[in-house]
Amino acid sequence: MPVQAVCTVAEAVRLNEFAYSFTLEAPALAAAISGPGQFVHIKCGHSRLLRRPISICDWDGETLRIVFEVRGEGTAWLARRSAGDRLDVLGPLGQGFRMARGEKLLLVGGGIGVPPMLGCAKYAGGSASAVLGFRAADRAMLLEAFEENCKAVSLCSDDGTLGVKGFVDALVCEWLEKEKDFTSVLACGPRPMLRAVARAAARYGVPCQVSMEERMACGVGACLGCAIQMADGTIKHVCKDGPVFAAEEVDWND
Amino acid sequence: MTECVDLSVELAGVRLKNPVVVASGTFGFGREYGQLYALSELGGICCKGLTLHPREGNPPPRIAETPMGILNSVGLQNPGVDTFIARELPELRRHDLAVIANISGNTPEEYGVICGKLSEAGVDLIEVNISCPNVKAGGLAYGTKPELAAEVTEVAKRHASVPVMVKLSPNVTDITEIAKAVEGAGADALSLINTLRGMRIDVNTRRPILHMNTGGLSGPAVLPVAVRMVWEVAGAVKIPILGMGGVAKGEDAAQLMLAGASAVAVGTACFDDPFVPLKVRDGLTEIAAAQGLARISDLTGGVKPW
Repeated sequence: MPVQAVCTVAEAVRLNEFAYSFTLEAPALAAAISGPGQFVHIKCGHSRLLRRPISICDWDGETLRIVFEVRGEGTAWLARRSAGDRLDVLGPLGQGFRMARGEKLLLVGGGIGVPPMLGCAKYAGGSASAVLGFRAADRAMLLEAFEENCKAVSLCSDDGTLGVKGFVDALVCEWLEKEKDFTSVLACGPRPMLRAVARAAARYGVPCQVSMEERMACGVGACLGCAIQMADGTIKHVCKDGPVFAAEEVDWND
Repeated sequence: MTECVDLSVELAGVRLKNPVVVASGTFGFGREYGQLYALSELGGICCKGLTLHPREGNPPPRIAETPMGILNSVGLQNPGVDTFIARELPELRRHDLAVIANISGNTPEEYGVICGKLSEAGVDLIEVNISCPNVKAGGLAYGTKPELAAEVTEVAKRHASVPVMVKLSPNVTDITEIAKAVEGAGADALSLINTLRGMRIDVNTRRPILHMNTGGLSGPAVLPVAVRMVWEVAGAVKIPILGMGGVAKGEDAAQLMLAGASAVAVGTACFDDPFVPLKVRDGLTEIAAAQGLARISDLTGGVKPW
């Protein structure tokens, strides 16, 4: 059940030139989280009508952590907040990853799709491995936290400045080739990346879940704005039915 | 002091315990926001627009943010009138609020069939949408031509045994022409305004943000247009008006009522803050109390034009 709460920013940290990590004092919201992959909808000042959907990176009994990149005016406003400021937060919203503690998972994050995978890694309790991709080394984030919470971490970057040069799907294939007993691949990142990861997982017959994005208004399923085309021809909504979907449910044609 | 104000209003013979309803397409069938507060706090709900058969709506993106507003091109995605009656109406009936069914048809006959079904199922009021800018057939076409608007109204009235309210489009040169035609055809009330057609372009990709290229503008940006049109229509017809368009606070609602609305609907503002309908109700009450009014309905039509 979502709640709307005014939350104090307990800690605001800049992770790199583009990404920020906020820890929010949000006991009511944190208590309502059902698992990794849900998001919160944050009001970003009075001059913007729509809240901004931001995935939950991590949480405990009292706080929740969000990591976001500055994409436009809303997130630029958010990035200017600092410890002690208060935010109007609605959440937790959406359906997260379906996973169990102790599962042998392959977590795949690309760019700003990396943070929610940390929640998965912690929830799994150290049994997951992670493949993380960034545009370049200066965009990397949360690497130490992943090292601490995963069995193994593989890195890649588009320009080769971090880890292997190339995209995450090549590393996903390597992992799935090498170890046959992954129970699921869980992924968050840009749509072309998710499509490539979904194909790789399908090739090895491993179930795959993907966290999708779409332009969103209400965030709760009332306005039907954030439509996403399903493979069976139906429409679903990222905010209420997702953001996490089984990869084979999604219509990957553009 | 505020408890002295009688908040109840009447809209086409339907009593609303307070004048704040939620606008069609912004509140679904109440299930989602109903998790945040009791729906019985609302005067009523204009349900998501229904069609005879289920509709998947338009391809995404369907939403674009604009200065103090949003564009949408949802395209009447809905489960169809039969599913509404079977699954949503019984759920809504568990709460104390007026249930207003919003409907669209491809032909006047379809409007008639839907009105028949909903009357039998027992909604309180039917809001006939002749002004959706996001569908090709019907919709806006009926709302921009007085004779077509009258025809749809007449057919709806013939098949409905509950009051019929017609929702007008602002995308016309003279909204009073349509309003008078609809009144003449027997409408019991009018609701206005629907969204204004608009467009937003991504200057880098040179693509419109919305997949349908254009969409309907709503939100605080349209409030002055709504106030003006409610005022014009109120001066042209005798039937009551449900005023809407950009309402985000009590003062906005008071403006629409002073312009001539009997009740108001809150829509897009819920996306900013789900609790806005309750805040609008309380804000409106405070304004009425501060002005020493015994009844909130005393605001209706009270504007003193220069």
